[in-house]
Amino acid sequence: MKCRKCGTTAVINMRQHRLSLCQECFLEWVPHQVQRTIEKFHMFVPDDRVLGAVSGGKDSLALWDILLSLGYSADGIYIHLGISDGDYCDVSQQKVECFAAARDVRFQVVNVAQEYGQSIPQVARRKRGRSTCGTCGLVKRHIMNQVACDGRYAVLATGHNVDDEAAVLFQNALHWATGYLARQAPVLPASHPRLARKAKPLIRLYEREMAAYALLRGIDYIYDECPYSKGATTLFYKDLLNQLEEKSPGAKQQFYLSFLQARREGRLLPMKSGQVDMSVCQRCGQPTTAPELCAFCRLWD
Amino acid sequence: MKIIYRDKTWELKGRTTVRHAIKKVGLHPQAVLAVRDGKLITDDVLISGDDVVKLIAVVSGG
Ligand code: SF4
Ligand SMILES: [Zn+2]
Ligand SMILES: [Zn+2]
Repeated sequence: MKCRKCGTTAVINMRQHRLSLCQECFLEWVPHQVQRTIEKFHMFVPDDRVLGAVSGGKDSLALWDILLSLGYSADGIYIHLGISDGDYCDVSQQKVECFAAARDVRFQVVNVAQEYGQSIPQVARRKRGRSTCGTCGLVKRHIMNQVACDGRYAVLATGHNVDDEAAVLFQNALHWATGYLARQAPVLPASHPRLARKAKPLIRLYEREMAAYALLRGIDYIYDECPYSKGATTLFYKDLLNQLEEKSPGAKQQFYLSFLQARREGRLLPMKSGQVDMSVCQRCGQPTTAPELCAFCRLWD
Repeated sequence: MKIIYRDKTWELKGRTTVRHAIKKVGLHPQAVLAVRDGKLITDDVLISGDDVVKLIAVVSGG
C-alpha cells in the first residue's frame, strides 16, 4: 500500500479515513490532528501552561511528545499508585523519567503511599465495597486536580483517545447514566477556583494510531497492562467496539463524535439548568457534594 | 512464517496477507500493529517463507 500524500510505502492504513500514510507523513498528520482538536474545542492557547497527566503508557507519553512538538509549554504529573505486581508503577515511573530526561522537561511525581500512608491496593482492601480501579480513579482525579490548581496551570491534559471515550460512552449509554453522559466532554471548564480546567486533545485519534505514533517516534512506554486491568469492563467494551469497527470502519469514531455533536446541539440531554449544591471539603478545599469531607479525604480515615 | 504476539508464537504455512494472518491466529486487526524487520507494515502486505512478524497490542485498559 502506498502513502496517499507522497506515494512511498505506507506504514499505516486508517480505514475509517480511507487514508494510508508513510512514516514521515503520518508523523506530521498526527500532531496536525491534535492541533485541530485543540482549536476546535477551544482547549487551550499557545501561551497557556499545560499540565500533562502521564502514566508511562503510550497515549499519555505520545500526547506529551505531541504537545511539545507543537510548541506548547507542557509539564508532566506522574502518580505512583503503589501497584507492586510486576513492578508496574516502578517501571512506568522509570519510563516517564527517561522520557522527561531525554527532552529536558519538568515533571512532578506524587507517590500515594508516601504522601498519604497507604498504596491504592491497600486503601481499596481496607475500604471494602470499593473496587481497586474505582479507588484508583478517585485518587488520580483528586491529585491531578490539586497539582494543576496549586501549580496554577491553565489546563490539565489527559491522553484519552477515541477508543477510551467510545468505551466509556458505550458503558454509560447501556446504563443511561445521564449524569456521567452530561459530563463526558472533550473539555471541562474550571467551574470552581479549586477545579482545574481539563482537556482531552487525543479524542479524534484511535488507540491504534497512538500506538503507531509512539512506536514510530521511538517512545519507550510501558507495554504491559496494569495487573488490575485484566477483565476490566472497559477492555470488554473496547473489544465489542472493535468488532463493530471491523464490519463498519469508522463506527467507533462516528458513535463518539456524533454523541458530542448531539449534545452540543442540545438534542440529547437538557442543558444544565441550575447547579447542584456544592460545598467545599473542610480538609482539602476541593468542591464536593458531601457535607464535610470529600470522597478522597474520607478514604484515609 | 512466524507470527509473534506477547509470549506466543505461531508458525503459518504458505503465502498470506498480514491481515489474514492476524485473523488466523485469533486476533483482531484493529487491536494490533504488525512489525517486520523492525518496520511497521500495513495489513495488506504479503508474507511468506521466513518472514517473522511481530504483533503489538494497541489496546490498554484501566
Ligand atoms: S487498571 Fe485500575 S488500578 Fe490499574 S491503573 Fe487503571 S484504574 Fe488504576
Ligand atoms: Zn508520505
Ligand atoms: Zn477533601
